[in-house]
Amino acid sequence: MARAVRPGRKALNTAIAWTIAAMIFFPILWTVLTSFKSEATAIADPPVFLFFDWTLENYETVQQRSNYARHFWNSVVISVGSTILGLMLAIPAAWSMAFVPSKHTKNILMWMLSTKMLPPVGVLVPMYLIFRDFGLLDTRTGLVIVLTLINLPIIVWMLYTYFREIPGEILEAARMDGASLKSEVLYVLLPMAVPGIASTMLLNIILAWNEAFWTLTLTAAKAAPLTAFIASYSSPEGLFYAKLSAASTMAIAPILIMGWFSQKQLVRGLTFGAVK
Amino acid sequence: MATKASRSAARLMISPSVLLLLGWMLIPLALTVYFSFLRYNLLMPGGTPFVGFENYEYFFTDPAFMAAITNTLLLVVGVLVVSVGGGILLALLIDQPMWGQGIVRILVIAPFFVMPTVSALVWKNMFMNPVNGLFAYLANSLGLEPFDFLSQAPLLSIIGIVSWQWLPFATLILLTALQSLDSERLEAAEMDGAGSFARFRFMVLPHMSRAITVVILIETIFLLSIFAEILVTTNGGPGNASTNLTYLVYAQSLLQFDVGLGSAGGVVAIILANIVAIFLMRMIGKNLDA
Amino acid sequence: MGSITLEQVTKSFGDVDVIRPIDLTINDGEFVVFVGPSGCGKSTLLRLIAGLEDTTSGRIVIDGKDATEVPPDKRGLAMVFQSYALYPHMTVRKNIAFPMRMAKMDKAEQTRRIENAAAVLNLTDYLDRRPGQLSGGQRQRVAIGRAIVREPAAFLFDEPLSNLDAALRVGMRMEISELHTRLKTTMVYVTHDQVEAMTMADKIVVLHDGIIEQVGSPLDLYREPRNVFVAGFIGSPKMNLLQGEEAQKRGAHTMGIRPEHIDASPTTGTWQGTVGLSEHLGSDTFFHVTMPGLTEPLTVRADGEVNLHHGDTIFLTPDETRIHKFDSAGNRIP
Repeated sequence: MARAVRPGRKALNTAIAWTIAAMIFFPILWTVLTSFKSEATAIADPPVFLFFDWTLENYETVQQRSNYARHFWNSVVISVGSTILGLMLAIPAAWSMAFVPSKHTKNILMWMLSTKMLPPVGVLVPMYLIFRDFGLLDTRTGLVIVLTLINLPIIVWMLYTYFREIPGEILEAARMDGASLKSEVLYVLLPMAVPGIASTMLLNIILAWNEAFWTLTLTAAKAAPLTAFIASYSSPEGLFYAKLSAASTMAIAPILIMGWFSQKQLVRGLTFGAVK
Repeated sequence: MATKASRSAARLMISPSVLLLLGWMLIPLALTVYFSFLRYNLLMPGGTPFVGFENYEYFFTDPAFMAAITNTLLLVVGVLVVSVGGGILLALLIDQPMWGQGIVRILVIAPFFVMPTVSALVWKNMFMNPVNGLFAYLANSLGLEPFDFLSQAPLLSIIGIVSWQWLPFATLILLTALQSLDSERLEAAEMDGAGSFARFRFMVLPHMSRAITVVILIETIFLLSIFAEILVTTNGGPGNASTNLTYLVYAQSLLQFDVGLGSAGGVVAIILANIVAIFLMRMIGKNLDA
Repeated sequence: MGSITLEQVTKSFGDVDVIRPIDLTINDGEFVVFVGPSGCGKSTLLRLIAGLEDTTSGRIVIDGKDATEVPPDKRGLAMVFQSYALYPHMTVRKNIAFPMRMAKMDKAEQTRRIENAAAVLNLTDYLDRRPGQLSGGQRQRVAIGRAIVREPAAFLFDEPLSNLDAALRVGMRMEISELHTRLKTTMVYVTHDQVEAMTMADKIVVLHDGIIEQVGSPLDLYREPRNVFVAGFIGSPKMNLLQGEEAQKRGAHTMGIRPEHIDASPTTGTWQGTVGLSEHLGSDTFFHVTMPGLTEPLTVRADGEVNLHHGDTIFLTPDETRIHKFDSAGNRIP
């Protein structure tokens, strides 16, 4: 609407919106601030907001004592690993559905999406037992496998929507120019689909990083990613708020940043196209 | 290009994904059903005899079961009401002319990207803790007794925590849908004399109704499986006050190691989820033709 | 080099028969145009030759070898698409180089051919631009360049000029014809525009509902259309087709006479009618004349400027040597 809005009205909107946004964001802000306090300051009564002695001791402690780096690395490995594995499976699948659709394509896609609606608890028992018997419990490999399976439908779906935006004629032209199927995908399709693939990777890394069922039930000390590591703070000893805050800030910071850049992808990927 | 060669290439290219997902669907599922008919406890040696529906009877007559079902429904409905209701209001608000809309969006979206264990622990310790939490401080400064959220109102507290996480999702989706509404139509309605409320009721709400439905259905699928937040805050307690179906099955399978019973519970959870999924698939299917 | 033969080729999509059995021979070096109304199957036929679609039955023979089962990347043909289908992420140079890269051609040779093609097509200044930065006509030329460097057995054009504006179309038409004269390679060209067909083709194939109505040189089709469809399709403005008394008088069910073969006069003539719409172009004048006994007005072309207008009486004399006669099935009566 190109109509001028009364500045009073705009100011009111701004005030209300900023207040509510601040309230919603506050817990995150508070966590980050607390990460820079000493434990004593963290539980000070009355609570201190900004003016205290900022310290990095919590970050040092968390990294040294609890092998934080290993858990962080676990999160990285399983997020990136399951994303790459997922892409390797999904790119061919999405190519086939987008460019050589058959009368079954729509049904296959819907069925794939429906597998995401399986409540994980419904297969907890066999997964646990299978993992136990195959030595996959508490391994990064096992987690990569599970995370790939649960997110594959979304990766396929997203790539499918991006591939459909590429004109099929360009791929036909590549064929007429003598490109084999492999060349067509490698030299023409993938370079054109880079933005879509990047978006899909972003979304999947976020989903895998934050996954909090299988990462909690199938891991122990060795392969536990950050979700499980933070969970270990649920029964702590002594003062720990500041350390919890530091660990939490480090755990969520990368994803918060990635998430801010991936809002559109989120809508596309998680509503399965029902909202544009 | 639809030649025989390209069609067989297509079949080849799609089969790994299809086969893997098929395996993922069928094998664990079949095993769950199978185990549900056995007496199988990981701690008790001896065989795993077939016992028919015994596990199911046990499961359904367990007092924890009714509590779990009730809590599951309460959790889902509670979070839906807050996140969708709040999401609609927030979306409407953010859509208004204002300064710094981009920043408001970023702040409001943020909680969705916080991992569930972090958000649950932050709320549990730094806000809800009756001794050191911020809510306790607020209560004290108003002369009130601090409220022990997680002991006295565990389910409600968890609803609060999970709502905080999902409100951004609903807001984002609904805001996207709202912004896709053609402003020209709204202006035309205004020219025709429709006031703000009328415009909202007869134009905005119907347009958003599809997005609202999608948000409700998708959130429901995920909310049925709330787990991490319960695990790190209350462990389902006190008693069964905050146990939902997912946690109940987890407790039976991996805490009590009664894998037969847990499998029966798993089957029940699957059936429940299927009912919701059928509705969601119909909605999505309508859209895939678009 | 460059001969293509179709033997009893059919194509069905599900239950729909898009191409009935078609036999066609295209000789090396010919400029063959597939022309016909929308939905006649001309693009499908081209795609069958290219290998982008499978035949339902029949054989496609390229240079004496059965190519029916050969995939498109191995048929040795080059195609120019209606939408040009350039690779948006590559420069013009890389676009043109692509087919040579796929053929693993020597780098020096690639460069030589690119520069040749660029010179011929006036693209030398644009080699390092991306398709997004080019105009429609330039993109068209890049698509042609990409096809040329392969030195294919034949070029396939799928309505390449449809997306260009009228003035550009005329210019490009001439450039493509010149290209053919210079390269002497077989060209198979699909269009719905019969003017393009008439001006560019050595041989025209008129298609209708999946069958070939007639094959012949432009003038053959103009002078001796085999049936009512071809008669009405070739020639602009369309041939007048009359039934009734005048046709029967001459021993035909339908008679045809082109607008340019009817003499118009304000005073004398075989037929008498009233001018309905008159179009004065300066170089020509077209009259749409209503006559008793005819359901549709006759179109008549007169040379230069003629001073007859709406409502005037007009006399028409058809050139009897230029009358076409068709029987009740629509076929030509010799």
